[in-house]
Amino acid sequence: MNDAEIRAVALATLKSIAPEIEEDELRGDHPLRRQVDLDSMDWLNFLLGLHDKLKVEIPEADYAKLVTLDEVVAYLAAKSP
Amino acid sequence: MDSSSIIHKTAADLRLAPNLADYDAERRRFSWDAVSREFAYQPGGGLNIAWQAVDRHVWGGLRDKPAFRFLKPGRPGQVFSYGEMAGLTNRFCNVLRGLGVGKGERLFILANRIPELYIAALGSLKNGTVVSPLFSAFGPEPLATRINLGEGIVLVTTDSLYERKVAKWRGRMPSLKHILLVAEEGGTTNVPGTLDLASLMAQASEICELTPTTGEDMALLHFTSGTTGTPKGAVHVHGAAATHWATGHYALDLHAEDIFWCTADPGWVTGTSYGIIAPLLHGVTSIVDGGEFDAERWYGILQEEAVSVWYTAPTAIRMLMKAGGEIVKKYEFPRLRFVASVGEPLNPEAVWWGKQVLGLPIHDNWWQTETGGIMIANTPAFDIKPGSMGRPLPGIEAAIVQRQENGTVQVIDEPNREGELALKAGWPSMFRAYLHNEERYRTCFAGDWYLTGDLAQRDAEGYYWFVGRADDVIKSAGHLIGPFEVESALMEHPAVAEAGVIGKPDPTVGEVVKAFVSLKNGFEPSEALRMELLGHARKRLGAAIAPKEIDFLIQLPRTRSGKIMRRLLKARELGLPEGDTSTLEGGA
Repeated sequence: MNDAEIRAVALATLKSIAPEIEEDELRGDHPLRRQVDLDSMDWLNFLLGLHDKLKVEIPEADYAKLVTLDEVVAYLAAKSP
Repeated sequence: MDSSSIIHKTAADLRLAPNLADYDAERRRFSWDAVSREFAYQPGGGLNIAWQAVDRHVWGGLRDKPAFRFLKPGRPGQVFSYGEMAGLTNRFCNVLRGLGVGKGERLFILANRIPELYIAALGSLKNGTVVSPLFSAFGPEPLATRINLGEGIVLVTTDSLYERKVAKWRGRMPSLKHILLVAEEGGTTNVPGTLDLASLMAQASEICELTPTTGEDMALLHFTSGTTGTPKGAVHVHGAAATHWATGHYALDLHAEDIFWCTADPGWVTGTSYGIIAPLLHGVTSIVDGGEFDAERWYGILQEEAVSVWYTAPTAIRMLMKAGGEIVKKYEFPRLRFVASVGEPLNPEAVWWGKQVLGLPIHDNWWQTETGGIMIANTPAFDIKPGSMGRPLPGIEAAIVQRQENGTVQVIDEPNREGELALKAGWPSMFRAYLHNEERYRTCFAGDWYLTGDLAQRDAEGYYWFVGRADDVIKSAGHLIGPFEVESALMEHPAVAEAGVIGKPDPTVGEVVKAFVSLKNGFEPSEALRMELLGHARKRLGAAIAPKEIDFLIQLPRTRSGKIMRRLLKARELGLPEGDTSTLEGGA
């Protein structure tokens, strides 16, 4: 999967939790939780959703590296089979 | 080991002499008058929470002691001494005076856990201005409802929250005269229709005379939710400080050298009573973390900041448990000596997890927005019965009661009988009103008893056990959510005919908000519509209140009088027997 495809999956996962987001207004280099109203449960569901769809293990210790959408995509791309 | 086994304490469990050592003797000896003698005479007389919390210690030799250490992921921490807090809160008080904001008027704060929140809250109290903290995960609808109910004159918020949650809705909050903005990325703000707080603070004097307040003057306004109608604004007075001090002493066992970390957000009552006031009254150093929950980071804070007393919540503890035992092995907490939890009953497994993983059992305690401070608690010197909230603190009389048809209550003395948890009215932090709702306030009392709305039992040794809520209020991540507020927002959508909202049990957060909706003619259930409704609710209510799940039903069950039967929806969701349905519409 290339970066664009991974980004599309990440956005679709995010929208299943927070359907109100406007993709055009979302900045990939800004912290996601600053732009989208996500509580702790939403955030965990987002990461679990990514794991289910992409079959990528995301250990808890790596959560701190996943702040912006760009970081999420880069992380998933590096770990994608 | 069976997780319900009692955790016996021995002298080896106590690193410091506990403040509550002889339960019965201390309860006999206790008086609220004696507690109020802990407070110093303040200039002009009277009682002001902020002066007692901050300035008293400046005069008492703690000028240079850190009051707060503010942490933020990826940034250096910021330390504020008691002396600095005194100066900054004076400046904020002068900012309000410059704007003509006076005693008794209401100031709302909508911010993440940034220093300005704490400075504004305490500075406002010095001016006699009433403080109402809001949770930053609220959406525009709950914010507007609360600001309107409280007739807020001033709103302190950040540039980013203002843009996302206030700007477009400002017409809905006509009472607001001044909006003071903090730049989240530092520096100053320049937004039409608002004022830049940093500039105002820079121009304000560091010296200010307290506005005279007495213990009975209104200090704090905390909103909470009921089953029906709008949120309720619980009014607390400056005299509540006596309870904050006493509970910091007994329930949190604060000692002068403690490093204290309360993880709650001041948008909820715990984050104000114990994230701001109680630790300051004891002159200890508080840690405030501005970041979101992150297991590794939290263990890091406990270790790096040498936290000695930690007050957190079941949801956070269960998320740490989920994160697994490998992470925690990288950290050590030699300074940690006491851990307490509040928000919802802590399951016995979590109490024991603390003992096994942190080396310290977790002490559950119980209170609510209306009580203003901890009422019933497990404390350091006494055995823990995992799953129990503990015993009433000195100064607090609790009972299990049964409401009678004539409006009185009968006290149930027999142990292990279920009834409503009640408290003998009159402790200093008891709420004095629901703002503008005298009727609703009165229904909370029967004779001398305040009725909590929580069902509980007391065992033969005086330990209290939570059973459930007497109403339909939802408890998610320790916070009360009123189903009516959620249903109303859903009903605003053109496709929705009726909505019923319940708390669905969840192993991590206690309950999640689940909505059932029926659709108007011409609308059909679909995944796209479900997503549209979810987005609609989240935009209005924010992530903290909006439903996490929405199901479609052809029709919602109602009583013959037309009320939606949330309990039946819940029973069906859980696959439980539906109980007596004879009052149902159509006699289902």
